[in-house]
Amino acid sequence: MYELIAFYLFSALTIGLFLVTVLSKNVLYAMTSLAAGMVLISGFFFILGADFLGVVQLIVYVGAVMALYSFAMMFFDATRDIKEKNTHPALVFVLGGLSALVLVLMFAAPIHSDAITALYPMHAGVGNAQDVGIVLFTKYLIPFEVAAVMLLVAMIAGIILAGKKMDQSLTEDTSADDEIMTPKEEK
Amino acid sequence: MIGLTHYLIVSALIFSIGLVGVLRRRNLLMLFFATEVMLNAVNIAFAAISHYYNDLTGQMFAFFVIAIAASEVAVGLGILIVLYKKHGSLDLDDLANMRG
Repeated sequence: MYELIAFYLFSALTIGLFLVTVLSKNVLYAMTSLAAGMVLISGFFFILGADFLGVVQLIVYVGAVMALYSFAMMFFDATRDIKEKNTHPALVFVLGGLSALVLVLMFAAPIHSDAITALYPMHAGVGNAQDVGIVLFTKYLIPFEVAAVMLLVAMIAGIILAGKKMDQSLTEDTSADDEIMTPKEEK
Repeated sequence: MIGLTHYLIVSALIFSIGLVGVLRRRNLLMLFFATEVMLNAVNIAFAAISHYYNDLTGQMFAFFVIAIAASEVAVGLGILIVLYKKHGSLDLDDLANMRG
């Protein structure tokens, strides 16, 4: 009963918040509703019994990714509304039609769901975090290490890309001002 | 009772919302947000299938999706900051300067 209520509540709220994210003209509204939707998605994970995944979703997405977005927001002009013009309605029409076709094909594709057997089944008396840990550090050890190296590469890339000319003050040094304020008509 | 189909329908709806965002937004930051929405929709489907087939593989793939999304955001935001310093805007039409 509670699962039913929670499922429908989380679904409605998540879909509404993500619609705000996609359709809003203000970057701050979009980012806030995206963060709230991610919190609710971790609720889905807790309903489904994937406790560790829910906690990782909260820490990584809501904690790290959204904090990164809000720090990056300091570089952009976040208070101004975004003006976008859709110049090619025919292109949007064609792309939307193709995506709908692909979705219909995916849903109509035959699946032998009876033939699916659990490769790494969950154990009844063991907690989710222990189960995940055992499988992650035995069967998925190499992807885990590769993911660690990938995160290191991404961290270095982020520091190098965003950290250029960080040692100069953006407000006092006039040469940095000139470089930032260079109008784009120059090209 | 909530079945696997319910979760898959919700996941497909959220994925479609993200797809609409990718198709119609022209601002690069909004494109990033729409990509995050799509990745989260896929994670819901993975967790639901993992629960209803009693298999841990779905959760493993969801973990790797989260790791890839985190590194994508780190690199992508660095590139966005460099682009904004260079051009003063994040609009895709302003950045289309390779047209001959």
